[in-house]
Amino acid sequence: MLRAPLKDRADGQGQLDLPGDSLGEVLRELERRYPRLEGWVLDEHGTIRRHVNVFVNGERGRADTAVSADARVHVLPSISGGS
Amino acid sequence: MTELLVGSKKGLFVLRGEPGESFDIAARAFPGDVVEYGTRDPRTGRYFASVTSGFYGPRLMYTDDPTGDWEQAKGPTFPEDIPDTSLDRIWIVQPGEADGVLYAGVAPAALFTSTDSGATWELNRSLWNVPTRPEWNPGAGGLALHSICPWPGDPQRLAVGISAAGVWLSEDGGETWRTGYKGLVPLYVPEDEQENTHALCVHNMHRAPQRPERLFMQFHGSVYRSDDTGETWSDIASGLPSGFGFPLTIDPSDPDNAYVIPLTADLDRVTPEGKVRVFETRDAGGSWIARGDGLPSDDAYLTILRQAFGHDGGTPLGLFFGATSGEVFGSADAGASWYSVHQHLAPVTSVRVSA
Repeated sequence: MLRAPLKDRADGQGQLDLPGDSLGEVLRELERRYPRLEGWVLDEHGTIRRHVNVFVNGERGRADTAVSADARVHVLPSISGGS
Repeated sequence: MTELLVGSKKGLFVLRGEPGESFDIAARAFPGDVVEYGTRDPRTGRYFASVTSGFYGPRLMYTDDPTGDWEQAKGPTFPEDIPDTSLDRIWIVQPGEADGVLYAGVAPAALFTSTDSGATWELNRSLWNVPTRPEWNPGAGGLALHSICPWPGDPQRLAVGISAAGVWLSEDGGETWRTGYKGLVPLYVPEDEQENTHALCVHNMHRAPQRPERLFMQFHGSVYRSDDTGETWSDIASGLPSGFGFPLTIDPSDPDNAYVIPLTADLDRVTPEGKVRVFETRDAGGSWIARGDGLPSDDAYLTILRQAFGHDGGTPLGLFFGATSGEVFGSADAGASWYSVHQHLAPVTSVRVSA
């Protein structure tokens, strides 16, 4: 699940079905399908950015968090990133 | 018509107007994001904006029309074999001398090069791998490569300024680097350590194009000039109300002409004595003239950031600067008098003339 501005960079797609056994794999697939998202959620080394929260079935995840086939992944800005 | 790219804490403002009058906002790009730097490559007409989202990180964007859509460049980013380092901020984008070449200075302090007019970027590994790098320390704004000075007509020669790791010089297109430290006095380091330290907090540096062996520098606590390509430096701050500051610009047609906007001190980064004044030298730092006609002169405590002072290269020289108060000022007569370009913008991070 994506919100603006990520949704805008994914051609307006707010909900996507993506393959992957880990959260990192899912997010890299997101970047592969939508290159305009490259570097937005993951930094250049594949780490989830500090002020982006990614939830797997409601639990905050990391790049190595396992993801089941029916998992729901939300990508949200954290409350700490703004100024 | 003059066009300004004004970077701010809340987006890029494209201002257009006639010198001497207030400017209109032709476009606001990247709302909500910090735009640290906006510039235009005069060779291609391409615009660049260094953009950092508080959430989604830093990136370089480019376009041929700053009122339209922008495209994201591939890089600058740190390569996989430097795994513990990621890009914090892009401080400057500087057109080089060779066709299609641009440079980007970033934090943590690194130089990136593009050979395709800014679409893709590659780390300069020789500067990244200089042996003293583990001893480098950041200034208050981070460990930042913020000043890049090409040598007009010679793509092999380059000088860069790093806060707080001094001046680095290359004469082989960035293949090898050496320091240009001699004469710089870091008053924030104990006296017996000042000669040997790498903690040299360069705040800003510009080359005089008509006499390229000459460089002007705003340092942390003084202003310097080098007449030998950056090898040695002479203190030229006498006559200024303070040696501290960040903004510096030069008149590209006159190697003796430079401008600074001093701030009171490192512990009090506002315009001295409640007066906003630009200081001009016409004799390469031998003396300074206060230029405040038209600028706030009573109870005015503004902060002008490192990249927030630019010129139009014209004759007479047009000058523009912006403050963190959101005000932008201009001069159409080389600083003799000033006018309000715009008010009530977000805190200004950079000002460059783009057309």
